[in-house]
Amino acid sequence: MELETFIESFADQFDDTDPNEISAETIFQDLEEWSSLTAMGVIAFVKTEYGKTITGSEIRSCQTVKDLFDLVQAK
Amino acid sequence: MSSNNNPFSLEGKTILVTGASSGIGRGIAIACSKMNGTVIVNGRNVSRLQETLDMMSGTGHTLLAADLTSHDDVLQLVEKLPKLDGIVHCAGVGIRKLCKQIEETDIDYVMNANFKAPVLLQSALLSKKKVNKGASIVFISSIAIDTPSVGNAIYSASKGAITSYANCLKLELASRLIRVNTVHPAMVWTDLIFKDGVEEEELKADEQKYLLKRYGKPEDIANLVVYLLSDASEWMTGSHLEITGGGK
Repeated sequence: MELETFIESFADQFDDTDPNEISAETIFQDLEEWSSLTAMGVIAFVKTEYGKTITGSEIRSCQTVKDLFDLVQAK
Repeated sequence: MSSNNNPFSLEGKTILVTGASSGIGRGIAIACSKMNGTVIVNGRNVSRLQETLDMMSGTGHTLLAADLTSHDDVLQLVEKLPKLDGIVHCAGVGIRKLCKQIEETDIDYVMNANFKAPVLLQSALLSKKKVNKGASIVFISSIAIDTPSVGNAIYSASKGAITSYANCLKLELASRLIRVNTVHPAMVWTDLIFKDGVEEEELKADEQKYLLKRYGKPEDIANLVVYLLSDASEWMTGSHLEITGGGK
């Protein structure tokens, strides 16, 4: 599992946010477009692409995209 | 009390329950046995079906494991079945995905289990003459058919599809006094609602929005199904019954 691929797939969950705005260090919950809908999209893409189940509160406990990546990797 | 005196009894009735290895299906199998019905429990997992059987009252019940998404399994199951007075189509699956993420495999997974399998089972039961005159057929649908929620599109559509199917089935079976009704539960505490990262705390908070301050238990749904299988409901066909605890 590669950080770069993960960030790309993560950024793909957004429709109106420039992918270049999203890096490993991005505080993703501060992004204007971030919402419970995006969170559900993230849960589903993690399940589809990595076969792992993460929860909404686990996502909320993460600060940066890298934190989220670490969470998924640790599953 | 014999069924002659108690129209709510299932005495003398042979009932097939699919999806009986857990959740609502298991609750229905147990409730039917308590009302003196003879039950055939179907599911994929033999050890979990055996657990259901162990929780049931009375004797004469049968375990017939089969994967209803496999055509061969369905044909073998139907071959082994006695003539039925009641059929409860309860087996089902769910996924949570946004519409933009839905793939062909997601549609196949949900529609095969929630729509194609019960339709083909019903065809086989009818063509092999396994359904008695005056029988009652119940489909477990969902309030999701017209209570939309985010991420639930394919599940909702699958339940809408089986409900529409039931509407036509009732027309074709009415001449033999066979009744077809659908039951539409709101949230019920089963493994199904914990799909794809949903957490208990979220559900417990949502539960408080229900007028009766709780989600359903499998028994709540089972009691309604028992009624639909019994002679007490012999003037009911084509009904879509919501059972929701006042929630949505």
